[in-house]
Amino acid sequence: MSNSGLVKSSIGRKLVMALSGLFLLVFLLQHLIINLLSVISPTSFNEVSHFMGTNGIVQFALQPVLIGGIIIHYIMGIVLTIQNKKARPIAYVVDNQAANSSWVSRNMIFTGLTILAFLVVHFIDFWIPEVVTKFVNQDWSGLEDGIEGFRYHHELVGKFSGTRGLAKASVYTIAFTFLGLHLAHGFASTFQSVGFRHGKYTPTLVKIGKAYSVIVPLLFALIVWFHALVSAH
Amino acid sequence: MNLTLKIWRQEDSKAKGAVETYPISDISPDSSFLEMLDVLNESLILKGIVPVAFDHDCREGICGMCSLYINGEAHGPDRKVTTCQLHMRMFKDGDTITIEPFRSAGFPVVKDLVVDRSAFDKIQQAGGYVSVNTSGNTQDANAIPIPKRDADKAFDAATCIGCGACVATCKNGSAMLYVSAKVSQFSLLPQGKVEANRRALNMVGKMDELGFGNCTNTGACEVECPKGISLDNIARMNRDFLKASTVSEEK
Repeated sequence: MSNSGLVKSSIGRKLVMALSGLFLLVFLLQHLIINLLSVISPTSFNEVSHFMGTNGIVQFALQPVLIGGIIIHYIMGIVLTIQNKKARPIAYVVDNQAANSSWVSRNMIFTGLTILAFLVVHFIDFWIPEVVTKFVNQDWSGLEDGIEGFRYHHELVGKFSGTRGLAKASVYTIAFTFLGLHLAHGFASTFQSVGFRHGKYTPTLVKIGKAYSVIVPLLFALIVWFHALVSAH
Repeated sequence: MNLTLKIWRQEDSKAKGAVETYPISDISPDSSFLEMLDVLNESLILKGIVPVAFDHDCREGICGMCSLYINGEAHGPDRKVTTCQLHMRMFKDGDTITIEPFRSAGFPVVKDLVVDRSAFDKIQQAGGYVSVNTSGNTQDANAIPIPKRDADKAFDAATCIGCGACVATCKNGSAMLYVSAKVSQFSLLPQGKVEANRRALNMVGKMDELGFGNCTNTGACEVECPKGISLDNIARMNRDFLKASTVSEEK
């Protein structure tokens, strides 16, 4: 009998979710470190931002891979959800799922789509203006009239200033909360999906996952509030 | 004990089915859940109502025949027991108990609470065996030394009774816990390792073909499994399958 092959199999789909998820976990850490620089050292933040924004490899190799990874993670997540709904055509009248599994593990599609809604806001806020500056206006200098040095830190603070900044910080915080909930299941789940489960390491990995899901979103939120409350004044 | 039972009634596989309510009284807290249903059925017969069909066989918790989704949980609220080993003392006097069949595209309802779980047999037939005839050729148990840890893990996997609680419980209707137990009980042992690649490919392929859902690691199956089959088995199957579909030449 022939088998369905890796790509078409349920375990293959699981692997795609896990590997793209793992990649996004690494990306988040990278994003966080650069964001932290905006608080610790605006000069370094400017330099790193300029490098990331103008380096050919980052812009034309890593960025497409990142966007591709996000798209694959979402498409596969939606495909899996549809297939899984089909696997139980008639729902239970009473289903006590809370008795055997965590809310976060059962609502990955919900937290994931909430993060997608945030990504739209975030892209409109940061990514599209960058694309306009670089590709439409052909301005790759990273400079701005009336500003000494690079424009990035100044722009960032501008985006979070005033009442609008406070509202934006609130929206970002809500999104980071959902990100944390998503990561609370996602981190450890990626390792289980690739078959990495070991009596010695898995308990520690689960703890790291829990810590990651709290610390990373919390730091993202604190940075946003720092700019909304401190830098803007 | 006096109880209100809400039971899924469905005449046959094509009928629509609905929940019917039956009050029941004077149930001993020491009776088992299935004995309680026996009492109900006797009273239904006396009233000229068709008794509720449900699966059962050994009533010792080892055959995997009984099922039932009781108050939203496979095999009811107790842990590591099948429905036949669930006792009425787990409920309170005056409780309303909802009883439904196991729900899955792979387990169509035959009648009332009886579902067709032959999909599991098909998965088993796809590779859940060793291709040597052992009958009459039994070797001495100690002829091949096996590490105690591996033997224990294989035995733990082999305790799976194939009841289908994992599928019924999983929000995705995934059969991964069952299939992984059946893969693991062989792949951990030298006699089963020989065919490990082919077995993983064929059993997973059959599982996908039969319309079971995709595992998302919620871990609900492990909690509701009457035999406590561990998620370790799913991770092992993921590894075995990835190895089989990339490194090995098996098709």
